[in-house]
Amino acid sequence: MTLAARSLTVAKRLDGVTATLEPGRITAICGPNGAGKSTLLQCLAGLIPPESGEVLLGGAPLPHGRERARRIGYLPQTGEIAWDLSVAALASLGRLPHGDRGETQVADALAALDLTRLAARPISTLSGGERARALLARVLAGEPGWILADEPLAALDLAHQLALLARLRNVAEQGTGVVLVLHDLALAMNHAGRVLVLDQGRVTAEGTPEQALAASVIETVWKVRARWLGGPGSRALAAG
Amino acid sequence: MTRPIPLFTLLILLAIPLSLLAGRVWLDPWSTPNAVVILAELRLPRAFLAVIVGAGLGAAGAAMQGYLRNPLADPGLFGIAPGAALGAVASFWFGYAASAWLLPVFALAGAGGATALLALIAGRSAGVALFTLAGMMIASLAGALMSLAISLAPNAFAMSEIVTWLMGALTDRGWAEVRLAAPLTVAGIVLLRFAGPGLDALTLGEPAARSLGVSPARLQWLLILGTGLTVGAGVAVAGIVGFVGLIVPHLVRPLTDRRPSSLIVPSALAGALLVLVADCVCRVLPLVTELRLGIALSLVGAPFFLWLLLRMRREAWL
Repeated sequence: MTLAARSLTVAKRLDGVTATLEPGRITAICGPNGAGKSTLLQCLAGLIPPESGEVLLGGAPLPHGRERARRIGYLPQTGEIAWDLSVAALASLGRLPHGDRGETQVADALAALDLTRLAARPISTLSGGERARALLARVLAGEPGWILADEPLAALDLAHQLALLARLRNVAEQGTGVVLVLHDLALAMNHAGRVLVLDQGRVTAEGTPEQALAASVIETVWKVRARWLGGPGSRALAAG
Repeated sequence: MTRPIPLFTLLILLAIPLSLLAGRVWLDPWSTPNAVVILAELRLPRAFLAVIVGAGLGAAGAAMQGYLRNPLADPGLFGIAPGAALGAVASFWFGYAASAWLLPVFALAGAGGATALLALIAGRSAGVALFTLAGMMIASLAGALMSLAISLAPNAFAMSEIVTWLMGALTDRGWAEVRLAAPLTVAGIVLLRFAGPGLDALTLGEPAARSLGVSPARLQWLLILGTGLTVGAGVAVAGIVGFVGLIVPHLVRPLTDRRPSSLIVPSALAGALLVLVADCVCRVLPLVTELRLGIALSLVGAPFFLWLLLRMRREAWL
């Protein structure tokens, strides 16, 4: 079921964004600071009503309330957790839209992120990587058709970034739509199936990572002369 | 994790008989003259009232801390308790307090006015920051008006009555107060319990809560009405009884999984237990006059608040 933006406009942040996202792969949204990446993600999640345009899920307008929450899981950038919940209690919050405890789904989500042995541990005792996985487990426990995550890899070291991306790719391969806002262009190039580049609220490039993150696009959007080194799946960005 | 609901229920069931017998003069049901009348007309309604008032304040405190995602939140900070107290002060000022019904009715009207004002100001945006600021403004305004009423009291007797009543107590209350406060408090706790799943989602911040299907406006209405009923009813029958809503959720939280929803009913029970026990202690302390319940709880609550602050600074997590 596709997730599509049609001429989305939000004052000073998005200017007529149109894009169609397919499930079953990771779509990365890239762009410089202030490009409108987080705003687009929140529009797609139904959290910001656009001034004009619409978001379509499977060709129909985005549902509201719990129905929307059951179908779209959103992971904000802040990663706020106000109380020192256990990992299992945190993951179980993903079941709120379903109104059940979803013990099987919570256990599956914890297992998918290798958190089963940490289920009873308070969040305050986790490392940054474990905490990021626990937050993602909350989204997975809701079994949404789409996962929209805003900078889920920020503040993680390289090993944890790669581990989390591997988990997300597994989820996507099982048919879930995964949309990530990413700052790190190399991660987007190597791990996304599709890339959407935003600049000043507009879609500047869209396509395979090689197309959307071509050196010419990077120079136009980020104002940086750069070139890609290495082969597919292990490219690195070099200045100049 | 223990099971806090059976634990606190059991402790309340143990404390109630103790509360019926405790007093400056311990009551012996078999030898004390008029023991049945004392139990039925004085001590039993007083024990019930302690349970009702404590339950309302405990539940409101747990819900408020969950809503504001702040362990230092207390329902008294948000204008409803001061609004109720202002209503009660008005009844003293105009000389209506002699009636057993008019004082609590005035207090409930004050709580209702503060609740309506809070909803009017904060309800439009459904944001936590505006809610907090609006509540603090109402609390300050009600406090200033109470001070004005005290300073302009028509006579020294009214002034003394007001000041004494504001200290909070369960002395000389009867079944009329129980009948007034019980249904309102139960209704308030039910509303707060309905807010539970929304409060759980708020643990992850407002955007994540909305993404989980929570309506911020509905959640805020449940909070405002639930707190208005529980705290308004409590102040109407007992005066200002502070710190229960602050202390109790902290004592209960380690016994739960720390989700705000799993804290509301156990906090109601623990609040009931705390006020019941505190009222017993007030009665048995060998002082010239009975220690006021509000003072006793503040004497315990203020150092607890300080300890909490110090612990938060040390652990940088709560």
